[in-house]
Amino acid sequence: MTHAPMEKIARATPAPVARRIKGLSDRAIAWIFVAPSIFLLLAVNIFPLIWTIRLSFTNYRVNRPNRDVEWVGLRNYERILTDDGIWATMQATAHFLIWTIVLQVIIGFALAYLINKKFKGNDLWTTVIVLPMMLSPAVVGNFWTFLYQPQIGLFNYVIAFFTGADPASFSMIGDVNLAPWAIVIADTWMWTPFVMLICLAGLRSIPDSIYEAAECDRASKWRQFWTITIPMALPFLMLAVLFRGIENFKMFDLVVQLTGGGPGNTTTLTSIDLKREAFERWRTGYSSAYAVILFVTVFGLASIYVKALNKVKER
Amino acid sequence: MTSFFNGLVRFRRGAWEMLASILIALGVVMLMQPFVMVAFTYSFIVTLVGTVMFIIVSHFPE
Repeated sequence: MTHAPMEKIARATPAPVARRIKGLSDRAIAWIFVAPSIFLLLAVNIFPLIWTIRLSFTNYRVNRPNRDVEWVGLRNYERILTDDGIWATMQATAHFLIWTIVLQVIIGFALAYLINKKFKGNDLWTTVIVLPMMLSPAVVGNFWTFLYQPQIGLFNYVIAFFTGADPASFSMIGDVNLAPWAIVIADTWMWTPFVMLICLAGLRSIPDSIYEAAECDRASKWRQFWTITIPMALPFLMLAVLFRGIENFKMFDLVVQLTGGGPGNTTTLTSIDLKREAFERWRTGYSSAYAVILFVTVFGLASIYVKALNKVKER
Repeated sequence: MTSFFNGLVRFRRGAWEMLASILIALGVVMLMQPFVMVAFTYSFIVTLVGTVMFIIVSHFPE
């Protein structure tokens, strides 16, 4: 009785097709189903990766397709890894990466902790908090540009209200010292809700019975937080850090819209620099080597992070 | 510490993964630190060795 739908499907299979697949093993049929996905994966992911690695050893320029391509060995890597500009770009990326992750995790977890408490209008507040995440990075970049305007920007007026400074006396995106913080604030505003949602899932997965047992043992709220909430929500927090870390290492759109990498090169992150090398200076071989360096870095970091995540989950 | 070195000698996954992880982390720190240019120059090779080592040693016995 339970096989009736299968039999129906078998009967519906056209006779020539049925004849052709009759002699195939289960394994062969499984391969037939999996093959398109594998082919797509090879074509879209693996082939471009291998091609990029190959190009990274050449002086190929995509805007001069008829020029002879020379094999330059490790020269591209050597030039990148001795370049002061790229070193500065890496430092700008590190500043952005570290501060966005720290702020997003702290604020995101705090919001999740508050939202997890049952109160009136809980769902409404969750929706309101999650709104920034749903906007396009280009839109967010554009309106934060207005918020940061020294003359009319709301951000400057809020800072002026608390510090007593003249709102027009500083420019968040025009000052070399403030611009790196301007992109950190905008990204934190946009992506903290994402971290909050992941943390909220973690907090809601903790059974109430554990807290009840802790109450019976007269554990204080502070003790419960450090010995129950944090350890049990830790895999979720680590997952949020992994996602945000990888995403922010590749951050492009929001920063381009907000500062365009300026003033000077103070907010030029690696992905912005890479795009300039590849599609403005058209140094394809060089930018391929640059991309390989970034790929290995992200891949290595993700590997150790996934290992740490599995260890935490096993506990 | 002794168990770590024993694990390395006996080609155990845990110890070698730890070593590979240290190399990757060291490489990333070298890549992004603002102090020494030479460390930046050699950061990629350290990260690459760590990453390749990590892929290989994750197939070692537990």
